[in-house]
Amino acid sequence: MATVFRRTPSDTSSRDSAPGPRFAFFALVSVALMVLDQRGGWIDDARFYLQSATQPFLVVMNSPRSAVSWFGELFETRESLRAEIAGLRTRERELSLSQLRLEALEHENAQLRALKAAMPPLVTRQQVAEVVSLELNPLRQRLLVNKGRQDDIFDGQAVLDARGLLGQVSRVGPWSAEIILVTDPEHAVPVQLARNGLRSIAVGAGNSGELLLPYLPVNSDVKAGDLLVTSGLGGVYPAGYPVAVVTGIKRDPVMLLAQVRARPLATLERDREVMLVWFDASHPAAPVEKKATELPQVTLGAPTEPDAEAAADTAATDNAAPDPARTPGPDTKDTP
Amino acid sequence: MSLRKSRSSALLVYGTVFVALLLMLVPLPRFLSVLRPPLVALVILYWSTMSPRSGGILVGFLSGLLIDLLQGSLLGEHALALSLVTYLAVRMHLMTRAKPIFEQGLLVLIGLLLHEGLIWAIDGWSGHPLNNWLRWLPCFTGAALWPVVVGVLGRLHAPR
Repeated sequence: MATVFRRTPSDTSSRDSAPGPRFAFFALVSVALMVLDQRGGWIDDARFYLQSATQPFLVVMNSPRSAVSWFGELFETRESLRAEIAGLRTRERELSLSQLRLEALEHENAQLRALKAAMPPLVTRQQVAEVVSLELNPLRQRLLVNKGRQDDIFDGQAVLDARGLLGQVSRVGPWSAEIILVTDPEHAVPVQLARNGLRSIAVGAGNSGELLLPYLPVNSDVKAGDLLVTSGLGGVYPAGYPVAVVTGIKRDPVMLLAQVRARPLATLERDREVMLVWFDASHPAAPVEKKATELPQVTLGAPTEPDAEAAADTAATDNAAPDPARTPGPDTKDTP
Repeated sequence: MSLRKSRSSALLVYGTVFVALLLMLVPLPRFLSVLRPPLVALVILYWSTMSPRSGGILVGFLSGLLIDLLQGSLLGEHALALSLVTYLAVRMHLMTRAKPIFEQGLLVLIGLLLHEGLIWAIDGWSGHPLNNWLRWLPCFTGAALWPVVVGVLGRLHAPR
């Protein structure tokens, strides 16, 4: 931006007498920026720093709400605080009860997976961020939150709220991040029906209350009320997080695919705070891209290793020195 | 125009554009957000028509760049569209100023449609989905809002 000012110091007096060259200059700059931005590369860093120019807008946008909440906290009565504490205590008790059961289930699960110990927790770190502005129109469904690179937010990070999956981080600035919601028409999330494990893809409908499942055959086993959870494919979201509930299915016998609609569980329109989460890459439910390299070592590694070694041994002996006296069992099977 | 006056009117230009950018960010319910008028473009059109000295293409370019950063669109997309609209408005400001407000509104509609058409073309070129006719609605609400913009900014511009 500074170069723009420097280039035209003498123009300020006769600004409107020659708009043509000025327009040509700015048009060229814009086109160059667009081409560079589309290609990616170093302009991403430039964009990251330019992003801080938007900080005044975000601060101003957020100030009424922070003022209201500050005043609200200032004048909150003793009784309402007591009531809140009581409510939180009962909730904490309920949660700790279900947590007990969850731990038992985790151990059972680990035994079923033939692992020696329970897995570490899937979520290693979480960060609550406040929603600064939201854009909910048919073309774009995005949120801006007040956490950015300063808080180690990264591109493609999964975002949740208390009820379900919200979306992922699509752009990170120094102190802000843009979140693309699951309902954005440019967003698709790999899902699975919780009832029968049927996999599909849920695409945003551009409407904050709706997801579409356009790739399910007419005869697939879907019912209204089915819960959709993330399938863990695609390398962004971990497996098993609730996404949406199927609300309606239209089966036209002429068409090849059913038209399935679902309602997202996360309250996209009303969220004031969202949760950005970091996952343990070694956990089996973590996003599959990272898992691909680690899964064999964790689960399949132990049982298959002896077999593999044995096979390697026999292969080696076969090739190098066929000794009938040394290897009675496997070789007699192989040679005929 | 004295230096002090031109400086204050430049301040007014940047101030009103800042407010328009803020209003662009204010969340609206769904049916209203579809109709949300392109206030930034309207404000810039006003300044480049009525006061092309203090407005000008630099304002259009910079605010377009800010829109790109705020909305996360391709860097330079809105900057190019707004520079083009500003350029046309500055070019034709003597003709536009003399027209009655209704005809001005029609010219503004053409300008806004051009602006949206350029963004539509760039969206298509950079691989975004285009199959939504709702994107053209704000041009019409914007043109309908032109008399209000002229009224409010005219009051600020030349109080009497």
